[in-house]
Amino acid sequence: MFSIGLGHYLTLAAIIFTIGVVGIFLNRKNVIVILMSIELILLAVNINLVAFSIFINDLSGQIFTLFILTVAAAEAAIGLAIIVVYFRNSDTIRVEEIKNLKG
Amino acid sequence: MIAHSVFFYIFSLIAIVSAVMVTVSKNTVHSVFFLILDFISISCLFIMIGAEFLGMIMLIVYVGAVAVLFLFVVMMLNVAEQKGQWFSSRWDGGTHIPVGLLVSLIIFFELIIVIGGWKYKPDLLNSLSINISTEVTNTRSIGNVLYTDYIFLFQISGMILLVAMIGAIVLTYRERAGVKRQSYVKQISRERDEGVDLVEAERNKGVKIDV
Repeated sequence: MFSIGLGHYLTLAAIIFTIGVVGIFLNRKNVIVILMSIELILLAVNINLVAFSIFINDLSGQIFTLFILTVAAAEAAIGLAIIVVYFRNSDTIRVEEIKNLKG
Repeated sequence: MIAHSVFFYIFSLIAIVSAVMVTVSKNTVHSVFFLILDFISISCLFIMIGAEFLGMIMLIVYVGAVAVLFLFVVMMLNVAEQKGQWFSSRWDGGTHIPVGLLVSLIIFFELIIVIGGWKYKPDLLNSLSINISTEVTNTRSIGNVLYTDYIFLFQISGMILLVAMIGAIVLTYRERAGVKRQSYVKQISRERDEGVDLVEAERNKGVKIDV
């Protein structure tokens, strides 16, 4: 209980990952919240990598966290640009009203 | 050690609660605020565990750039206050809620089972690892590895950022009507004939200028 090990960090990452997945599954508000849930999932992955890197004493995990950070920033920028363009075209980004693909 | 565990529980509790609030809160601006809180507490955890550079980079990149970008888009699109309930939906009568919860619970229990039952081979660690040195700082050791062993990945990530920047500009660019702009092609390709007009001026009569 009072000594924090690798399992504590992995459990925290699993909880945050699951919350992100729930946010994607159950969201009916707008697409921006889905993008934020994706950020949460990437954050959980980062926690995993950093925890392994510290507890295994290997620096590669932190390097990969850096790259994941870069890709997450690029993905957020592109996703928000797509959302802005979609909102300009159809005046809504509510999830239940986006059905151009008839999915 | 006690202080470390107490702070771990405090920060992880804040992180989990704010992650729930990101998903649940009705106002999207509040979601962005809780996302910022989540990133801050996780970066505190990173600093506590000994990855100071990554904690600071998380603060700069996420809180300083990504969250502000989210906030900017939410406020620009005016979608902050969404009418309607949290998770309800008209088109399927809300049947996706129990299914989504079930699938998420299954994912969570699978992750917990993997964490509980997983062991790594002890001789795996000595093979390929780049050991964390205790003599130099975290930032310096990351820099030593990043600019030597991972230089190609580093350059590729820079290229990804460049492509993302150009892509965002290309996606959101639009030509507005009624805005006067400088056109280099038009300026350079202008010929003498369309600019200058030679007129034969007669004596005592002058030249009519307006065309």
